[in-house]
Amino acid sequence: MTGVAVTGVGMHPFGRFDGVSTTDMGVAAVRAALREAGVGKGGFQAAFCGTAYGGVATGHKVLSRLGMTGMPIVDVEAGCASGSAALMLAAAAIRAGQYDTVVVFGTEKMPKGIIRSSFFEPWQEEAGLASTPAFFGLRAQRLCQTSGITKDHLARVVVKNRRHGAANPDAMYQKETTVEEVLASRVVCEPLHLFMMCSPNEGAAALVLRRTDLVTSPSSPAPVTLAAAVLRSHIPGSVLSESTPLSGLVHDDAPAPTTLSATAAYEEAGLGPADLHVVECQDTDAARELGSCEELGLCEPGGSAALLSSGATHLGGRLPVNPSGGLLSKGEPLGASALGQVVELVRQLRGECGPRQVEGARVALSHTVGRGANAGVVILTR
Amino acid sequence: MRVMVREGLFTDPDPDTDPAPALLGSRCTNCGNVLFPRVDACTYCATEDPEPVDLSGPGTLWAWTAVTAPPPGYRGEVPFGVGVVELPEGVRVIGRLTESDPAALATGQPMELRIVTLHRDDDGNDVVTYAFGPPSASAPS
Repeated sequence: MTGVAVTGVGMHPFGRFDGVSTTDMGVAAVRAALREAGVGKGGFQAAFCGTAYGGVATGHKVLSRLGMTGMPIVDVEAGCASGSAALMLAAAAIRAGQYDTVVVFGTEKMPKGIIRSSFFEPWQEEAGLASTPAFFGLRAQRLCQTSGITKDHLARVVVKNRRHGAANPDAMYQKETTVEEVLASRVVCEPLHLFMMCSPNEGAAALVLRRTDLVTSPSSPAPVTLAAAVLRSHIPGSVLSESTPLSGLVHDDAPAPTTLSATAAYEEAGLGPADLHVVECQDTDAARELGSCEELGLCEPGGSAALLSSGATHLGGRLPVNPSGGLLSKGEPLGASALGQVVELVRQLRGECGPRQVEGARVALSHTVGRGANAGVVILTR
Repeated sequence: MRVMVREGLFTDPDPDTDPAPALLGSRCTNCGNVLFPRVDACTYCATEDPEPVDLSGPGTLWAWTAVTAPPPGYRGEVPFGVGVVELPEGVRVIGRLTESDPAALATGQPMELRIVTLHRDDDGNDVVTYAFGPPSASAPS
């Protein structure tokens, strides 16, 4: 099968940027990725743009500003995993021999405050049942019960990620915090405090993908191989699934969307959790990171608190999780967040991350999951 | 006047004359799974035309939290409880809770179905929805 390489990456930092448009941020990220890849006008045959709130033809607006149109440009919406979906489509098209070189990017400017999602019906909003933090809180409470997780564990996830994020110039929060400070922040939805939840925000990320056999060697920077890019939706059953149903089954044994996606990605890459050196996973709230670790198979079911306490997921540990600082430090621009993880991991595999570098990383996994349900898992190697 | 937040989700009987309220659900004629709200086809096995079933509880509490800031589109008061209740038909249902203090709730405690007032709309109607509450509490509406 045709291999896919990532030959260029670019970011617009994640944060709040008054006066900077969705298009402006996309242009910055795409321009940086094209420059790294040495690709100019006419150098790619398709583009996929992840965005959830960008509106009509977001991708066209970005590429028009760069003077690069004429090829198919496809906007992709898959909630939190919009970037994962765009990446999956782009990689599949290259593998199928349809294109040699494809640009994938995500750009987003989230409304401020609690995310208003068109996913919910008006009556759910009116009844107070369209509160995203409430669903996070309910899932967190169940995970605490089934996995022996305490508020102290949740706070220590935040402390870890904010420590990592302090070394990431693209992060929204570049300041460390403490367990005491996290637990002193107000309760949003029990058991989650404000500092345990990521901030919806703004940003962009971009990649250039190319058929591996067309990558000129030696190229600079060294290409990274996209070993798997998988998107899955949910199998019904769980009342607290990211599909956000109003009911589920008491006897619920369906695998989580993340597990479905990870299982397929491991198979596609011919690798398993034991082969990973670094992970960027969905940490929209602190409990979500621990649940993600379990669903991705980084530990046994119920073992995420012990994994955290062992120090394995800290920088310098056996398997650092969210060395970028995660969404808890970077914030979450829906269409850009998944590709932001991939940009981080490409830089990790190239050894470009300075004080947050995971030494010797050669196999990396990124994970995004959100409403739909949509779960994306990407595996990169060098 | 009382108006439902959405027709077809639940019954709102007169408490003086009628039995307890019920959620309007479906039971699949193939796999037997129970669903809420009512559906055209089974979410689990895609079999069409499931049979209607009324879910009146009581159930037991499985998960809960409280919402402390008004979510988008919500006009009622905060804080309010949100939780998941297991009903005897083998279904877990998400709904509001009449108890907004998470510390006052416990896994497995009995929960009854209630119809509660959310807010008064622009036409002066009381908008009602379904909720779950401990049996000892008095019905808020």
